[in-house]
Amino acid sequence: MLIQIAYALPFLAQGFALTLWVSLLVVVLSLIAGIILGVGLVYGPAPLRWAVRIFSDTIRGIPILVLIFFVYYGLPAVGLHLPSFWAAVLALTLFKTAQVVEYLRGAVGSIPKGQSEAAMAIGLTFRQRLVYVIFPQAFRRFLPPWINGVTDAVKGSALVSLLGITDLMQAINQVIGRTYEAMPLYILGALIYFAVNYALSLASRRLERRFSFIRD
Amino acid sequence: MGYVLNFNLIWRHFDKLWGGLLLSLELAVISIAIGIVIGLVLAVWYVSAGRAVRGVIAAYVEFIRNVPLILLVYLVFYGLPTVVDIAYSAQTSFVATLALYSGAYLVEVFRSGLEAVPRGQLDAGKAIGLTPWQRLLHVRLPTMLRITLPALSNTFISLFKDTSVASVISVPELTYGAQWINFNTFRIVEVYLVVTAMYLMTGYILLFALRLVERRFRAAR
Repeated sequence: MLIQIAYALPFLAQGFALTLWVSLLVVVLSLIAGIILGVGLVYGPAPLRWAVRIFSDTIRGIPILVLIFFVYYGLPAVGLHLPSFWAAVLALTLFKTAQVVEYLRGAVGSIPKGQSEAAMAIGLTFRQRLVYVIFPQAFRRFLPPWINGVTDAVKGSALVSLLGITDLMQAINQVIGRTYEAMPLYILGALIYFAVNYALSLASRRLERRFSFIRD
Repeated sequence: MGYVLNFNLIWRHFDKLWGGLLLSLELAVISIAIGIVIGLVLAVWYVSAGRAVRGVIAAYVEFIRNVPLILLVYLVFYGLPTVVDIAYSAQTSFVATLALYSGAYLVEVFRSGLEAVPRGQLDAGKAIGLTPWQRLLHVRLPTMLRITLPALSNTFISLFKDTSVASVISVPELTYGAQWINFNTFRIVEVYLVVTAMYLMTGYILLFALRLVERRFRAAR
């Protein structure tokens, strides 16, 4: 049993690398998209605010699995052919973007209004107000929940196994298909996911404590 | 492009979706009911226990929270029967998994709720001569439940969405129904539009109903 699992380790490592790669892509892309949409939600004109609100509430209101199937099977149906890897990344990114939008809204909303008004009073432009006044303060409130949310991206990435992408989850299932050692392999997989996510949640907790001196 | 929406086949098989939605709700309700029991027992135990018990409870909570739900579902359904001699249906297996899963989140919810019960209430309970057991049952738990009600509703709604993962072990809930129609009729865009609307509407109805319950039982200020 141990020999069979040891033999499969390089294959599992490849799957793990893919899990990390998918998670990294999703985290980076959703951070960019989420900040842009989040700023639109807080400062944009009414139609833009409504559009972002509907996007975010819809995405957060459905299971991530439904979103993945919708994107994966739905895009080719309307004539858009993405490789399954990118369809999966797109679906997970849409999901995570909605989360980032909410983190950003919460973080920016926690900055007292006087800060914005003071910045306006000394003649800063909108972009300067964001870059020099709002974001540096909002950052400390944004970071802990965001890092904690990265664990959601890692966990969510396990669902791409359902599209036949050989991530860690799929690699484990394939090795089980060959070796019939279901329990040891699932536990091994759980421990790998646990190690990554627990490290992330510890980092998030530590940051939260570090920033806990902030009082409104 | 040139995709023409045609919902006829969806309506013809709508019983798959409707039955699926009801099963999703049923799975979520049973799971959270068991999860609440797990969460309550472990939370009460945690706040009064020694270091070793706390360590074990914390390990359970952290393990469940940091592993993907789909892996837990596979582990319980495909993995566990290979080492323990028990047989169970996919549905039972999923409910057990989701109950353990929600239990881990609810331990945290209840634990912070117990800590939020004002000290003065417990002292008052002591002053009128309640035993420790009575203080827990009549003072601590009712106040804690009121404090944690909003977090409980949120957990329930997110569990309702998590039931979609049951489709990977062929439990015929809503997402499974959607896939069935997807593969058998190829009205792909239509079926996912309808299912999206069904999840959203159910979620908002639940949210609205639970907010009403919360308002009724709001913690006294």
